[in-house]
Amino acid sequence: MIRFALTKFLGLAATLLVAAAITFAALDILPGDPARFILGINATPDAVAALREQLGLDAPALQRFFGWIGGMFVGDFGLSYTQGQPVGQLIAGRLGVTIPLTVIAMILSAGIGLPIGILAARRRGSFADAGLMVLAQLGVAIPNFWFGMLLVLLFSVTLRWLPPGGFVPWGENPFAAFASLILPSIALALPQAAILARVMRTALVDVQGSDYIRTARAKGLTLSEAVWKHGVRNAMLPVLTILGLQFAYLVAGTVIVENVFYLPGLGRLIFDAISARDLILVRSSVIILVLAVIGTMFLTDLAYAWVDPRLRSRKAE
Amino acid sequence: MALRTAVAAFALALSFVGIADAAPRTDLRIGLVLEPPALDPTAGAAAAIDEVVYQNVFEGLTRIDETGAVQPALASSWDVSADGLSYTFHLVEGATFHDGTTFDADDVVFTYGRITAADSVNAQKALYAGIDSVTAVNANTVEIKLKGPDGLFLFNVGRGDAVIVAPESAANNANTPIGTGPFKFVNWQKGADLTLEQYAGYWGTKPALTKVTYVFINDAAARVNALLAGSIDGINNTDASTLPVFKADPRFKVVVGSTEGETLLVQNNAKAPFSDLKVRQAIAHSLDRAEIIAGASSGYGTPIGSHFPPHSKDYVDLTGTYPYDLDAARKLLAEADYPDGFSATLKLPPVPYATVGGQIVASQLAKVGIKLTQVNLDWNQWLTDVFTNKDYDLTIISHVEPFDIGIYADPNYYFGYNDPDFQAIMKQLNETTDEAARKELLIAAQKRLAEQAVNGYLFELAQTGVWSAKLEGMWQNAPVEGVVLSGIHWTE
Repeated sequence: MIRFALTKFLGLAATLLVAAAITFAALDILPGDPARFILGINATPDAVAALREQLGLDAPALQRFFGWIGGMFVGDFGLSYTQGQPVGQLIAGRLGVTIPLTVIAMILSAGIGLPIGILAARRRGSFADAGLMVLAQLGVAIPNFWFGMLLVLLFSVTLRWLPPGGFVPWGENPFAAFASLILPSIALALPQAAILARVMRTALVDVQGSDYIRTARAKGLTLSEAVWKHGVRNAMLPVLTILGLQFAYLVAGTVIVENVFYLPGLGRLIFDAISARDLILVRSSVIILVLAVIGTMFLTDLAYAWVDPRLRSRKAE
Repeated sequence: MALRTAVAAFALALSFVGIADAAPRTDLRIGLVLEPPALDPTAGAAAAIDEVVYQNVFEGLTRIDETGAVQPALASSWDVSADGLSYTFHLVEGATFHDGTTFDADDVVFTYGRITAADSVNAQKALYAGIDSVTAVNANTVEIKLKGPDGLFLFNVGRGDAVIVAPESAANNANTPIGTGPFKFVNWQKGADLTLEQYAGYWGTKPALTKVTYVFINDAAARVNALLAGSIDGINNTDASTLPVFKADPRFKVVVGSTEGETLLVQNNAKAPFSDLKVRQAIAHSLDRAEIIAGASSGYGTPIGSHFPPHSKDYVDLTGTYPYDLDAARKLLAEADYPDGFSATLKLPPVPYATVGGQIVASQLAKVGIKLTQVNLDWNQWLTDVFTNKDYDLTIISHVEPFDIGIYADPNYYFGYNDPDFQAIMKQLNETTDEAARKELLIAAQKRLAEQAVNGYLFELAQTGVWSAKLEGMWQNAPVEGVVLSGIHWTE
């Protein structure tokens, strides 16, 4: 188990390093001079040169890359070009939106998707099953930003129950802060809930035909009891995999949803930073997200190995 | 869990929105398309900086009013020497910065020293390059000496780039701006909103508003929803295509005005075939401005025939110089040895007037055989490729700086236009302070650009604002970048 964890951990570190190199290189190749962007088209060349020097943009690429990596080890993410503030501080300020948003969306997608999947599997072939699966198909197809706009039209413009966007800080009014996250998290969760419902249904249908369900029924359980006691738990394995993967999709979805609901989250920070060529801010934010995603996968792997002994032993051979 | 969340959401929602307004409000929530990257108007070109702080948080010696005229601000009056080389500014007394420090002549000397310094990162440094010296005569008098006469000096002094900052606080103005204006900076929730409050110690007339919040919404549909839902009270300038929604709604008023933005089909004059006057004239004859305005700007915008705003007192209408005439265009192309036209690229920045306008221009020029390949760029690529490296044939862009006709006198500018006759007119203009003589020169300059068909002159960008019907005092026109709050008030 320890050896398994260690191997996985080394893999994680290598992935991070590769991600850092790719992010750095990709952004460095991008055309565009941050100093010219900040000062605009009427600035004199010497003013632009002065700013380039202030921002440290004139150093060679390798030097900047290792300076950045080295800084991150001691928690120094650098200074934002456009905002002049420590990147770590800017990112930290956005987590109060993005983390709750992602968590609520995750809970919502599981809370909506799983019961629908189970219900559809239990009523396989019925009208309810067909209807629910059509809905799920729609849910997968609808883009989350468009669904978000529909939610705003109904709940903010027409009914006026919830704010159409923006964010009240948690410290100022926690209820209002939560209220500002309701519509965005629903918009973010819907496509994921639809995917979960389909996976859950398929997994459960597979399980229902398996030998151990037949054995359980032979021991005198009803089909419902057999499915609940043995089926759902086994069907959860593929669902857990999907849940782990979904985290990455949710994080990517925040970039769009935070823009539609003008929330001050990490996704919008990255979006704005890319537009303004605030390269150091983009790089560090992307690395934080990469870390969060592969960290989640690392934990999922560990949980898997712990639940399923076959995985461990195969690795140990 | 899902059900509980939904119930909680409903209960919260009811408590959140149930605020009704009775007495005249003194607070205001304004939507802004772009969030300012920082808040120091003397160290960045972003229009969003001025939209928040210009004349609200920071003030200059002079200020620009709604008509584009120069008015006294931190200087209550000034004297100009007969040779136009020396300006003596008499400063207002009793003005203080928001941190309590006193405003005096030393702050003015410091501010201008910072703008003209060798390591200055002022976005408009070139405008102040003609300053020879800035001296504090006494605590309330400053003398600025120029190297040569400058007819636009008082206007430039009133721009956001030359607002007065204090040596004690200037270094932190990017995130905590400290000025002398009627509103003081309170809080900036980055990525969401920014709050200003009335400054109790303001030296001048107190504004009607006590608290102003800027909400940053870069998604067009989200802006419409925010207005409809009442979560913001107005937007200074929003997409013209969304205006019909608000025109039909009595809760709103649509404020349409003019800006300083000349929208151009820029031609690389240094590069063949655009270096040929006949080709440029042919393009001018092929442009149907009415169609471009209808498509690229939803019908908002005034046709222009040269590089000058129609609301200016020195404007002359030159839209008839090369009227829409495809036969004339074909004839000119044939004379220029392009009887079948030619191919070129049209590089477009990411703004709707350019991306949509580009398609219309391409289809119009195709009628005379000029085949355009459209290339969409983001802002940084545009700045690098087109503006800095001059690697382009044609582009569409709005030049939003006030009084920027002088850019045509710079042969190194990305237009690639090197015309000694025009440069002579500009030189003479800079040395002339007499109003009537200046007007004559400005008209000559406009005519020269129109006749030379330096660029395709399309239209003056409109400012299309949407505000609550109960608000008064917003600027209709935008002679400078900014959203000036001092006159805005609620009628009920």
